[in-house]
Amino acid sequence: MSTVPGERPRRITAPREGPLLVEGPVEVVLEDGTTVSSERFCVALCTCRRSRAYPWCDTSHRQHPERGRPD
Amino acid sequence: MERVAKGLPREPELPPSRGPLSASVAGYLRHARRLPDHAAIGDAAPFGDDLQLALHLCYELHYRGFAGVDADREWDPELLRVRAALERPFLAALRTGASRHEHADDALDELLVEPVDGHGITHFLQDEGELWHLREYAAQRSVYHLKEADPHAWVLPRLWGRAKAGMAAVEFDEYGAGRAERVHARMFADLMTDLELDPAYGHYVYASGAEALAVVNLMSLFGLHRALRGALVGHFAAVETTSSPGSRRLARAMRRIGAGPAAEHFYREHVEADAVHEQIVRREVVAGLLEEEPQLDGDVAFGVDATGYLEERLADRLLAAWRAGESSLRTSLSTSPRTSLHPSV
Repeated sequence: MSTVPGERPRRITAPREGPLLVEGPVEVVLEDGTTVSSERFCVALCTCRRSRAYPWCDTSHRQHPERGRPD
Repeated sequence: MERVAKGLPREPELPPSRGPLSASVAGYLRHARRLPDHAAIGDAAPFGDDLQLALHLCYELHYRGFAGVDADREWDPELLRVRAALERPFLAALRTGASRHEHADDALDELLVEPVDGHGITHFLQDEGELWHLREYAAQRSVYHLKEADPHAWVLPRLWGRAKAGMAAVEFDEYGAGRAERVHARMFADLMTDLELDPAYGHYVYASGAEALAVVNLMSLFGLHRALRGALVGHFAAVETTSSPGSRRLARAMRRIGAGPAAEHFYREHVEADAVHEQIVRREVVAGLLEEEPQLDGDVAFGVDATGYLEERLADRLLAAWRAGESSLRTSLSTSPRTSLHPSV
């Protein structure tokens, strides 16, 4: 069986816009040396650096229209 | 079967009726003979309290049922006929009033634009929400969140390939990824406990207005009909796409009023989880479904539009009441012992 977890490469989906999608669980080492982890089946890693939950995506990459636009 | 044991809820009581339709459906469930006739259904307002509660009663037989109501009523042909007659004006009113897009991509792209000075319900709660607002909000949302992800599970047998795999993965996450304490419905019950609300399934149906019931009836309608599988997927995509930023504002609101760790955690979890779910639903579920069944494009768009339409109606009701300093519920909640608490942060 080639489907035993860990025996196949981990898939990362890298779209042009938006977060990197990485198959979980993952451990992320941050610049200050601290480690954060997630057991989710897939994690969205922030690439725009605007996330307030960094390194996890919190959808802050989304486009914001000009202030005052009716909506 | 053990039913009252820890965490396993009993069936809720039938809620008080709101007119002739809901009264006769409730009466039928209690073994009375008469169901509403089709003329009476035709006269009712499609988004009104009476029709929405009658529909809610019919749908709940497929979830947890009601105390004292025979479980076999779920497949009672007379009741199913009435349910179909209640669904027709609801669906027709949505098709007429809510449809705005022909294509799923257009409908979903519109949701990705976050207004800087948004004034929706989560903005209100973040900026000026008080404890009583958050309690009213949670009470009404509990009609869905205590069965979070359940109506969407019905679509799984109707999907194939990427759409099925993606949908199952997201549902697995919603159901706690194998850990009972992480099931989102359970996490919402913990939030309710923090807010000193009763976390029993179905408890706040009596207090929830037609707009709050309609949001949940929409999911049941889409979930129970294979013919509406495209709309169910569109609905799910709309919820997952709008949830993350809204949850961030609600987490802030919970923190600001010092609601408690479980209340804050529920929305914090949804910020991260739904940022992932949005991507999977869009890339795998919606794209996968439309690859298999391109003819469902318009139905997916309809599901997105109908969700936005009913959510807006709910927001309008809540905000109108709150701006007038009034309760948004049919029956106001008993005062929380902590109402006098001042913000802890």
